[in-house]
Amino acid sequence: MTKSELIEKLSYSNNLLGKKESELVVNTLLDGIRNALVEGQRVEIRGFGSFTVRTRDAREARNPKSGEVVQIAAKKTAFFKTGKELRERVDNGNG
Amino acid sequence: MTKADLVERVYLKTGFSKKESAQIVEMVFDLMKSTLEKGEKIKLAGFGNFVVKNKATRKGRNPQTGDEIEICSRKILTFKPSQVLKSVINAQG
Repeated sequence: MTKSELIEKLSYSNNLLGKKESELVVNTLLDGIRNALVEGQRVEIRGFGSFTVRTRDAREARNPKSGEVVQIAAKKTAFFKTGKELRERVDNGNG
Repeated sequence: MTKADLVERVYLKTGFSKKESAQIVEMVFDLMKSTLEKGEKIKLAGFGNFVVKNKATRKGRNPQTGDEIEICSRKILTFKPSQVLKSVINAQG
């Protein structure tokens, strides 16, 4: 499912929502989560999961082509931990 | 940030009532959950991908007793942040 399919499904399942409104809702949610993460905040959505920012340490790596050692700086990444309800539903689902 | 904060944002942005906003937010996550439950992945451009992966059965050990145990095969959900999300997170110092 892509973002546009999610938007479509949302407007389908709620008669308050046209496609425009659905798009606004989905973008507002994603922007909200993204902004919180940029500020280093944790986002917890009960039953779904939580997003946190994790730091990856600086490390040495090799350019696989030249064999040269390169320094990779520490960086941050978004980490998602699946919530209990969703974890169980995914595991028991018929996918 | 919690679901209530997200509801507040939707309420401020859309002009729906707080109650309606709460129902709509719930509906978005419900749609995502039922999609993932079916094993289908979700690709959100500019945000990231949620993918269900199959984990094979493997042998593990109880770290306390050292006993060997079998870890059953199962399905897990993974999230891979998009390049855009990673770069905005790193842009801010």
